Amino acid sequence: MQQAIYTVVIVAALSVAAASIKPVNEPLAALPANAHEDNLMEKLNVNAAENSALRDSLASASAFLEVYKVLMSPRCMNCHPKGDQPLQGDDNHLHVMDVQRGEDGKGMYALKCANCHQPQNVPGANMPPGNPNWHLPPADMPMVFEGKSPRELAIQLKDPKQNGHKTMQQLIHHVSKDSLVLWGWNPGEGRTLPPLKHAEFVKQFKAWVATGAVAPAE
Amino acid sequence: MIKLQVNSKSYSVDASPQMPLLWVLRDMLGLTGTKFGCGMAQCGACTVHLNGEAVRSCVTPVARAANQQVTTIEGLSTDLTHPLQKAWLAEDVLQCGYCQSGQLMSAAVLLRENPNPTDDDIDKAMSGNICRCGTYPRVRKAIHLAAQMQKEGGKL
Amino acid sequence: MSTTFDMNRRKFLRTTTVFAGGLLIPFMVPASARRMAKLGTGAVDDSAVVFAPNAYLGIGRDNTVHIILAHVEMGQGAWTTLPMLIADELDCDWKKIRVEHAPPDVPYFHTAFGLQITGGSSTTWSEFDRYRQAGATARALLVTAAAQRLGVAPETCSTADGYVIAGDKKLSYGELADAAAKQPPPANVPLKPASEWKYIGKGAKRLDTPEKINGQAKFGMDVQFPGLLTALVLRSPVFGGKVKSFDASKTKMIPGVRQVVKVPSGVAVIADHFWAAKQGREALKVEWDIDPALVIDSKGMWDDYRKVANTKGSVAAKAGDVAGTLPKATSVIDAEYLLPYLAHAPMEPLNCTVKITGDKCEIWTGTQWPGVEQNNAAKILGFKPEQVTVNTVFLGGGFGRRATGSSDFVTEAVEVAKASGKAVKTVWTREDDIRGGYYRPAFMHRVHIGLDADKKPIAWQHSIVGQSIMAGTPFEGGVKDGIDPASVEGVNDSPYMAVVPNHLVELHSPKNKVPVLWWRSVGHTHTAFVMETLIDELAHAAGQDPVAYRRALLQKHPRHLSALNLAVEKSGWGTPLPAGRYRGVAVHESFGSTVAQVAEISIDKGTLHVHRITCAIDCGLAVNPDGVAAQMESGIIFGLTALLYGEITLEKGRVQQRNFHDYRILRMHETPVISVHIAPSTEKMGGAGEPGVPPVAPAIVNAIFAATGKRIRSLPIQPVDLAGNA
Repeated sequence: MQQAIYTVVIVAALSVAAASIKPVNEPLAALPANAHEDNLMEKLNVNAAENSALRDSLASASAFLEVYKVLMSPRCMNCHPKGDQPLQGDDNHLHVMDVQRGEDGKGMYALKCANCHQPQNVPGANMPPGNPNWHLPPADMPMVFEGKSPRELAIQLKDPKQNGHKTMQQLIHHVSKDSLVLWGWNPGEGRTLPPLKHAEFVKQFKAWVATGAVAPAE
Repeated sequence: MIKLQVNSKSYSVDASPQMPLLWVLRDMLGLTGTKFGCGMAQCGACTVHLNGEAVRSCVTPVARAANQQVTTIEGLSTDLTHPLQKAWLAEDVLQCGYCQSGQLMSAAVLLRENPNPTDDDIDKAMSGNICRCGTYPRVRKAIHLAAQMQKEGGKL
Repeated sequence: MSTTFDMNRRKFLRTTTVFAGGLLIPFMVPASARRMAKLGTGAVDDSAVVFAPNAYLGIGRDNTVHIILAHVEMGQGAWTTLPMLIADELDCDWKKIRVEHAPPDVPYFHTAFGLQITGGSSTTWSEFDRYRQAGATARALLVTAAAQRLGVAPETCSTADGYVIAGDKKLSYGELADAAAKQPPPANVPLKPASEWKYIGKGAKRLDTPEKINGQAKFGMDVQFPGLLTALVLRSPVFGGKVKSFDASKTKMIPGVRQVVKVPSGVAVIADHFWAAKQGREALKVEWDIDPALVIDSKGMWDDYRKVANTKGSVAAKAGDVAGTLPKATSVIDAEYLLPYLAHAPMEPLNCTVKITGDKCEIWTGTQWPGVEQNNAAKILGFKPEQVTVNTVFLGGGFGRRATGSSDFVTEAVEVAKASGKAVKTVWTREDDIRGGYYRPAFMHRVHIGLDADKKPIAWQHSIVGQSIMAGTPFEGGVKDGIDPASVEGVNDSPYMAVVPNHLVELHSPKNKVPVLWWRSVGHTHTAFVMETLIDELAHAAGQDPVAYRRALLQKHPRHLSALNLAVEKSGWGTPLPAGRYRGVAVHESFGSTVAQVAEISIDKGTLHVHRITCAIDCGLAVNPDGVAAQMESGIIFGLTALLYGEITLEKGRVQQRNFHDYRILRMHETPVISVHIAPSTEKMGGAGEPGVPPVAPAIVNAIFAATGKRIRSLPIQPVDLAGNA
């Protein structure tokens, strides 16, 4: 489609099937190299109960790759762009109205998200999707998904400085209950759904956390 | 009955809560300055202010505007004294004029939030308003002029 | 009116030379105040017309000058330019002018086209004499009346700002209106010399701005009165389909829905307001009778066109021996161009309000030809045209869409009102508009250009395939010997073609059920693209600068050269550009004006950025220079939109696009910097509304070639076109 002319077409380079899954035992790159395993888990806010069942790196990485498929689907990624503009459509083209993130993630000037996006989906094909809290991550915490490898995204998700100051439990709550996350599975007429059912996504997310929230290797 | 405040006047309308604000304004209140262009928030011709924000009334259920403040083009000023209206006159911006209510309502939010917009700011505010006559270069010029006028004593 | 229809658009433009000498001016004498009063000024106060020396203006006792437009305002500025013509002769107070559209009537027939029409970029040149004459005549009568009252000789009186001045006495036009109305009409009032023009050549602020920036302007969509209902019509998903049966049971359950009626074009849902009608229509079930022969596909259509292109067509231009020369060429450029259907998509979706009362019908709509609508409406009702009143309101854009030979959106609305027995405003949604047909026809051009060893073109074979626009319109008589001029204009009469000793231009006009129509700049929309990209290709083949190459071919075309040279100079052609920037040029004549444009572009990761368009026009005298500039800006953005996004495609007979998300329109952030330069010119006056459109696509595509080395021959531009070494 000619829409691509004015858009930077981002094709997620990742082929999940081809991604090699191998155990990762070294400390995560984003964390201090000298962090002790226990301290590490504390930092990651993984609770003690989960701590006992963990260290299954293979299972954890594998679970995250399932989570990753969802996060990189257009319904999630389009509002986690690498630039300051949301994306649209299954081809992840730049929002055609030149919509900007704005400081609070709610758009700018006459193009604030809620100017078109209602508290609920407007019925009909290609009508504005809706949610009471339709927004992008704010400028100081952009939580970029677009262009991230599984490893990069996993590290970002675990880092409170990059994930909206959330503990892992809060993240689990977020992916389970947040209405904007849930919108991904009720995106309005004609929009494709994420590749996993929501329950499966949550299950994989929890499994990822429970098994140590391991970041898959590059 | 849904209660609305439009251009500082109170109205009660017997409309389905899901009826778009656009059609309540036009077909029930007779405020035809707000235009229908696409019906899907693509063109911005239907832009009105809802509590000061430039909402697209064609996709805004009237229920969302209940008991809120709505301003339409008819309420931008009563006497063509809004700096944007003056600038539109000075720059001979419009052509067919059908999209211009929406252009003005969008520009008004921009100037309120950024009294000194750059070309880039204008892009970021105005790219939701389609003009088939292609008045964009003049809309841009007029917004700069209105900003200038505003600085020199006109008020918003 | 039908006898006047047999007119050829091309001939119209050629009549402009004799025009300035004072051509037919159906001046409507004697004009009466009664006629003016009928015009719906609605004034019952002192602004009411008491002096109406002709059909174009009237003066009230309070100095109000009512100006009646034979042409409609659809954005192009007729609302301001025509009053300028009158004001310069009448010396009235600009602030006292009130403008309105004329009803369908003989005095408002186009001075060259012979019917009441706004189109062909012709308003200013076609009214230049008539509207000035109207003002001059009125002024003469006012002066005579003043001279009589003051007891002075008329020659001693002067006029300014709505007053007749004699020595230290002055009388306002309003004071003189009654007396002036009793004066016999003068013959041959001389017009002012150019040196005395106050508005012409200088311009004036648009008179329609105030009401269009405070929500008061009335477009067709805004017509409201007590008892008026709103209808939406469900039409066949395939052009030409008919209603077999329908089930409105669910529709009738929607609150606000009043009636569901069958009309020839489909099924109309009539309701208290738009929203109810729309919901009602969504609940409607219609079974369609669709002739499988009508179910066409864009892809299949191009295959058919390709076959036809290689057969013999109607000859539009011929010189020398193409067939004999082509085989002797040392190299041949073999090009196939595909230019898709395009929708006009004016911002105001189509609509028409109809009220039938007894033996009278009243219509309110935005139309480019009210008389055609009147006739077609009358036919449906079995009325005489004069039983049908057409009130032309502001047009929210036209671009040709509001002038169909069939009066499609008007006749349908009349059918709805007739079937329902109510006053009804029939409204189109954007989807109805995009899918409703009347497109710029899809065109294929198949071109073979033979070059000699010096890379000079020695033979040019050009086959054009596309539906005829004129067929089925009041201009059908313009189709002669199988040639619809609107299909070939810009190729058969191209100055480039004339200098190729052996050339042959042939036309094929296949028929299908997709309704087609003039679309801003008509045939030039595709012919300029083909010719100006091919000339660029020839320049490169010859190893010459594209500007120098064109100049050499255009030696006998001073207007082409003046526009080209001005655009080239202002664009900095030939001066270094920042890295990654490229220029392209195009020059094209249409509607009596010549326009050259230089585009400056870059391509970044497969994304085209159009940074700048430098435009120059030779339109003869520019009556309203800023208005001309506005039309150039407008035309450039219109043409750029088509280049990037414009495409209507059919699959299984169904139009695939439906609204602005998939029939995109250029937006603010995509708009280049545009500078417009008007060549000083004493050449005959041409148009401005359309001639800005044709050069923009080839100028940009030529710049893309400079960047990528690739020739783009199918529009709109596709991402693959932009991949390359830029």
